[in-house]
Formats: sequence, C-alpha cells, structure tokens
Amino acid sequence: MRLWQRPLVFGAGLLSSAACFAQSWNMPIGVTNVSREIHGLHMTIFWICVVIGVLVFGAMFYSLFRYRQSRGAKAAHFHENTKIEILWTVIPVLILVGMAIPATATLKNMYDASDAELDVMITGQQWRWRYEYLGENVAFNSNLSTPRSQIGGEEDRGEHYLLEVDEPLVLPINRKIRFLMTSDDVIHSWWVPDLAVKQDTIPGFINENWVKINEPGIYRGQCAELCGLDHGFMPVVVQAMEENAFDDWLAERKKVAEQEAQGVGREWEMDELMARGESVYQSICASCHQPEGQGSPPAFPSLAGNQQLINDLDWHLDKVINGVSGAAMPAFRNTLNPVEIAAVVTYTQNAWGNETEEIVQPARVADQVEP
Amino acid sequence: MAPKIPQQSPLQHSDTVATAGGIPQHAAHPTGWRRWVLTTNHKEIGTLYLIFSLTMFFVGGIFALVVRAELFQPGLQLVEPEFFNQMTTMHGLIMVFAAVMPAFTGLANWMIPLQIGAPDMALPRLNNFSFWLLPVSFTLLLSTLLMPGGGPNFGWTFYAPLSTTYAPSSTTFFILALHIAGISSILGAINIIATILNMRAPGMRLMDMPLFVWTWLITAFLLIAVMPVLAGVITMMLMDINFGTSFFDAGGGGDPVLFQHLFWFFGHPEVYIMILPAFGIVSAIIPTFARKPLFGYASMVYATAAIALLSFLVWAHHMFVVGLPLVAELFFMYSTMLIAVPTGVKIFNWVTTLFRGSISFESPMLFALAFVVLFTIGGFSGLMLAISPADFQYHDTYFVVAHFHYVLVPGAIFAIMAGVYYWLPKWTGHYPNETLAKWHFWFSVIGVNLTFFPMHFAGLAGMPRRIPDYALQFADFNFVSSIGAFFFGASQLLFVLVIVLCVRGGKKAPAKAWEGAVDLEWTVPSPAPLHTFETPPVFQSTDK
Repeated sequence: MRLWQRPLVFGAGLLSSAACFAQSWNMPIGVTNVSREIHGLHMTIFWICVVIGVLVFGAMFYSLFRYRQSRGAKAAHFHENTKIEILWTVIPVLILVGMAIPATATLKNMYDASDAELDVMITGQQWRWRYEYLGENVAFNSNLSTPRSQIGGEEDRGEHYLLEVDEPLVLPINRKIRFLMTSDDVIHSWWVPDLAVKQDTIPGFINENWVKINEPGIYRGQCAELCGLDHGFMPVVVQAMEENAFDDWLAERKKVAEQEAQGVGREWEMDELMARGESVYQSICASCHQPEGQGSPPAFPSLAGNQQLINDLDWHLDKVINGVSGAAMPAFRNTLNPVEIAAVVTYTQNAWGNETEEIVQPARVADQVEP
Repeated sequence: MAPKIPQQSPLQHSDTVATAGGIPQHAAHPTGWRRWVLTTNHKEIGTLYLIFSLTMFFVGGIFALVVRAELFQPGLQLVEPEFFNQMTTMHGLIMVFAAVMPAFTGLANWMIPLQIGAPDMALPRLNNFSFWLLPVSFTLLLSTLLMPGGGPNFGWTFYAPLSTTYAPSSTTFFILALHIAGISSILGAINIIATILNMRAPGMRLMDMPLFVWTWLITAFLLIAVMPVLAGVITMMLMDINFGTSFFDAGGGGDPVLFQHLFWFFGHPEVYIMILPAFGIVSAIIPTFARKPLFGYASMVYATAAIALLSFLVWAHHMFVVGLPLVAELFFMYSTMLIAVPTGVKIFNWVTTLFRGSISFESPMLFALAFVVLFTIGGFSGLMLAISPADFQYHDTYFVVAHFHYVLVPGAIFAIMAGVYYWLPKWTGHYPNETLAKWHFWFSVIGVNLTFFPMHFAGLAGMPRRIPDYALQFADFNFVSSIGAFFFGASQLLFVLVIVLCVRGGKKAPAKAWEGAVDLEWTVPSPAPLHTFETPPVFQSTDK
C-alpha cells in the first residue's frame, strides 16, 4: 500500500467500522470456550464504561454549555451533600461487585488445568519457541520464517509477515491440552489471541495453562514480553487439526524422531554435516552471530576467524552443548539433538574461511551429552 | 520565570541582619551563575526544577519520536532493533524520572510555601542539593547511550534477568544514575513534609490547606515509602551483575519473579506519585474558573488518602500473567477494582463543581477540563485492565500503552501545563499570550488523541508492546499514531514560545491574577518577590 493511500484506507475503515469492528479493531472472540468468556467480560466492562462515560461527560458538557459566564451564568455556592456523596460511592461499588462475580468464575475455570489428555512443554528461548510433546518423544524448535529481505523491504511483504514460522505447534481440537511453560534464558510470554492464552515463560519456573480448541485452523500470535534484541521476531503459530489427523501427524513425527536417533550411531560424511549444519546455523545461531558469522560484539562474538574456536574444538563443542554461564549463549544440550549439534559445529569449523577440516560425528556429541 | 531580586538598600539590609540576631538571613545574593548554583531560595529552585523538567520533556520526546518514526510503517527502516530498545527504555525512564516527577517537585517548590504562607521551604540547603543531584543523575544516564554495548535496552521496567545476566555493560551506570535520582526524590519529599507540617501560617489547620498542598503531602509520604524499595531492588541487581550473587538468577537459586514483586511494589505507588499532585492542581483550577467552591473538599482529601493507601495493595495487577496463584490473582483483581471508587469520587466532585458555576475558558481551565475527560478515559481502560481474565488478552499489548499514556500525557502532563498557565502570572507578573496558549491547547488535544487512541485498537487486535516491527494488520493504526506523535511533539514548541514570551513581557497581572482564585499565593504581588511571607500572614479559616 502506498503511503498516501493509508489515510483513505483508514477513513474507509472508520466508515465500515461496524463490519470490521469485531475482526480487526477489537479483541478476537477466539476459538475456545475460555476465549469466548473473556471476550464477553471484555465487552461487558467496555459497555459499562461507555454508559458511565456518557452520563459523566454528558453532565459535564451540559454544565460547561449551560453555565458559561459569557451567557451570564451566576455561580451558586452550594457544596458538600452527604447523600449524594454516599450514593456515588455505593453505586460504583455495586457495579464492581456485579463485574467481579463473572470475572471470578472465568478465572477459576482458567486455572483448572486438571484432566488434560496431552501435555506440551513450551520453552522460550532468545528468540524462538521449543515445543515438546511430553511422553511422546517428539520435540522441535519453531523459528520465524519471514525472510530478512522482507523485513529490510528489498522484497514484498507476505500476508503473514512476521507471524509465520518454519514449524508450527500442531494440536488436536476437542481435547484438553495442558501447557507447561518455562524459559532457557530471559522471560518470554507465549501468546495466541484466538486461544486467549498468554503466559510468561520464566527461567527456573514452570507455569501451567491449558486450552481446548473448538475449531480447526491456524492461529497466530507473538512473544508478548520484551526479551531482548529480536523480541519482535518471535511469533507463535498454532495449527489445530481434527483429532484423527493429529494422531497421524504425531505418529509420523515419532517415526522421524526414531530415524534421527538411529542416525546418531552411523558415520556421517562432511557434505551431509555441512548441509545440515548450515540450516541449523541459519535458524538457530544467525540471529545473534549473524548469517555470515561476523557476530555483533561485544554481546555476540564473531565466529568467522575466531582463533579460540579454530584452535580448540573441545572448547567449541563444550560452549555449544553447555552454554556460557553469565552470558547470552544458551546451552543447547536439550534443545538440539546430537546430529544437529555435530552438524552445526562442523559447519562453523569449516564455514566463512575457518576451514579447519574438522569433522564432528554425532556419536561423539551423544557421549558428551549423555552423562 | 526568574523571580525579581528586590532592590534593598544597605540600611534595610543591616535591619534584617539585626532582627535575625546577627545571623545574615537570605542576605547574600550571588549573581550570575553562582546565583543559580548556590541558591537556597524556593522560587529559584522551583524555576530550576521546571526548566530541567521542560528540557528533559523534549529529550524524552525526541526518543519517543525515534520510536514512532520507526513504527511509521512495517519493516525496519531507520534504526536497528538494538537501538530501538534503547530508545523505548530511555523514553520511559526520562519521562518518568526526569520530566514528570521534577515538574511536580518544581511546582511544589514554587507554590507550597506560597500556598501555606511560609517564607521558604523548611530545609533550603537540602533543597538546593536535591535539585543539583538531578542533572548529575541524568547526564550519567544519558551518557550510557554512548558507551560500548549501548545504554539500557530492557524497558523502563528493567525486568531481570534481561537487565542483569543479559544486560549491556553500561547497566551499572544506569543503576548509579537511578540511585542518585532516588536520593534526590527522597530528600525532596522530606523537605516537603517538613515544610507542610511545620511552616503553615498561624491559623491554617491541615483541613484548611489547598488541595495541591494536601496531594503533595500524601505524595511525599508515598515517595519516602517506595523510593527505598527501588533503591533496594537496583542494589540487588548491582550485586547480581558485579558481585556474583543470584537474587534474580534462577541458575543460582534466585527468583526472577521476586524482581517484579519488588519493582511493582515501588512501581505502582510511583504511578500515583505522578498523578496525585495533578489532582491537586486541577482541584485548584476548576473552582477558580467555575467561580464556585470545590464541591467536596473533605471527600477529595479522603479520596486522595484512600488512593494512596490502596496503591500499596495492588502491585501484582502488573503481573497477572506471570503465574500467580489463583487466590493472589483474585485478591489483586478485587483491590485494583476498588481503586475505581475513590477515583470516581474525584471525577464526580469536579463535575459537580462545574454544575451551576459561572464558567470561563482561559487556557489553564481548558487544560484542566481536558484532563478530566481524557484522564477518565485512561481510568476506564484501567478498570478494564483490572479484570484479570481479560488482562490475559490486554497484558503487554498496545492497549496497555494506550492506557498509561492517557493517564500520563493528558493526565499528568496536561495538569502540569494547566498549572504552568495558571501560575505563570504569579511567577512572571505577566499573563501568558492567551491566543497562542489556546492554539497550544487545541493542537495538544488533537495530537494526544491522534497518537494514543488508535493504540487501543492496535492492542486489542493483537499488537504486543516494545516491538520494532509489526504484522501488516497493525499498519494503519501505527501510521496514524506516528503522525499524531509528530504533530503533538511539534506543537509543544508553542508551549516554549508562550513561556518565553511571558517571561519577557505581556499583559501585566495583578496580585490576584484570576477573578475566582482564593488561595494565599494570590495575596502576594505579581511577580512574586524573591522573599514572601517573611512575616506570617493572618490566615482566616474559610468554610471550604
């Protein structure tokens, strides 16, 4: 859209606001019973405020118009009236009590995560989400998939600009799903407006929330708590499927996970590791260390030509597996599998002119991660 | 705004010395820069505070405009996310600690002694020290932007561990700067309490004091109660960063949520520190221009005290999504909703004061009326945010940004502007240029609403706060907000113009500059001479 067109569109938006209001100007009704209840509370308190506003501002503007000095109004001198003062204290209290009752009921419902059929662990990391289907041996990372060229404006922006990921969280409809939420580094907040779930993910804490989705679809949200550099580039995408489709999907993912686990035992070729390593690097490492490994010192050291990294493979492997304590570098031992760690270390050892010719096999990583 | 130094003959001088028992009292008047650096006079210090605050208002405003320029359209055009985060953080810190708070302290310095018939503040040297800490503090804070790794980039709420383990190395300077600003606030508050409780004109009881004095008395107690908590929490950060402790580091057995409890135990009363004196100013201006006494003086005092007490019991409503237990969630929802009651009492009082008055619309009144309307809108969104289940959707979105800007910009800042236009005749001896002041008013009202009203929609539609780039469905709201912000920012230059013109000349103002004004400050000449009420005035308790 061209800049000069914006005001026109905005004006048109105002005119057709009755139609758009429910969709893009207001809180979404969402696709869970809880989100509907919350939307109901939101609209109730909104209309209460509108009514009070009309009364108060009505009285105020009436007085301003009627009792202007320029119209020759003479000031009365009354003040204090206990009856009125009690009245305008008691009536608001009653309105608030009336509002608090349904709000309390909804809140109790939101806090009841019992009897869930599926547990999903959500872990926030700078700057991606990790999803783990507990007891199912399925886990993956979910990264922003909008290309940097769209952000920079060299390329046209897509429909779901900044709200698209490489792998969405897949969930079944009609089943109660419990989320267990934590973080590996700073505080993040996992939010999907259509599910009315917003919960901080906090290092050292496990928060609980739940959802039972009524309709299949793709629901988009974002990290809501400032979490550093790429806070704005950490979307959440949930794909809700029919139950059968979900079961098939989960079985498929389990099979892939098993194959991956078998891959740890075999000997990998340099080319294979480099290819895999580049994709891991670009989705996991590049947001801090930059696509060409140049880093952005002092917070994020450069990897290209980094002498310590070139001369000491053990040190390099240790930092990727265990992280750097007291700095932004997280431990990837639980986030990436041995194949991915081996691949990305091999890639970093050999990319951007580092050229150490070192190959790290997944088996070696597995040994270091296991104990 | 510089008060005139009265011409005193050497003879009068020695009289003063003699009556003060040989102690030279206010006898030395250094000139040039020493007059301002060494001054212990409440009017001069008040002027310093106000000039400092206005300067910082523009500095913080430029930071906001960098943010709004980047958000003008989707994509990253002007600044990197790293610098964007520094701008949002610095904008918040500067506006809260260097613009709004010093402005109220400046007004308190000028007006409290005049309104209670005192010759000066109780502790004049401390007063000088409190002020001069501020330029030191904020020079230090602003200098962090030039340090390697940049300045604070973790939001004005500086949640740990983003502000400790993951913070830039300049954070230690940020902590020191905030400590210094905190000391300044505490000393200022002590001074204000000492002045109000000890130096009222004979015959003036507490319940005779103008509401600006009352609201500041309560604010000063809030400051003394919570600034040490802020000092505590930033000291814990300092230890975590530099001395290997783990107060907020889960990896060392610490608790990141503890940070938020401590911060908001300071932070929520802090919000009221920025609004209670505004209530006081508006409660002076509305009766003056309605030519009718305030409807409920006593209930205004009690409502202010009630709001102040409740402010200690609501802090966790900023933390509804951190995973509080259900019972805590309910407690903080109920206590927060309760705040609407005394706040409502205030608004009803102002409206009833207008009813059957004889109302005129000079610039102070226009700003005060806009305050009532727009602050109430901010109050409504506050009530919505109090509904904890709904807050799961509102929290950390632009809806919250809209809410607190409505209570702070057309709330606190409009009240400050109303106060400045109201008291400028007393400070300078001239009326401000009414035509320009009215232009300033209308531009500001339009600019403020253009900037902040669309943010409600952006937030409800799902835009989180503190992001440098956004999805396409938020583009139109941000486009309008950015235009409004530049319009609002530019129109504040008019404010400076009006003040400068007013200091240099203009229609002469009599002692009682406004027909309906009643308080003691209107009994001294305009401009107020450097020393007033050296002999306490006789205060006749009027039926308030």
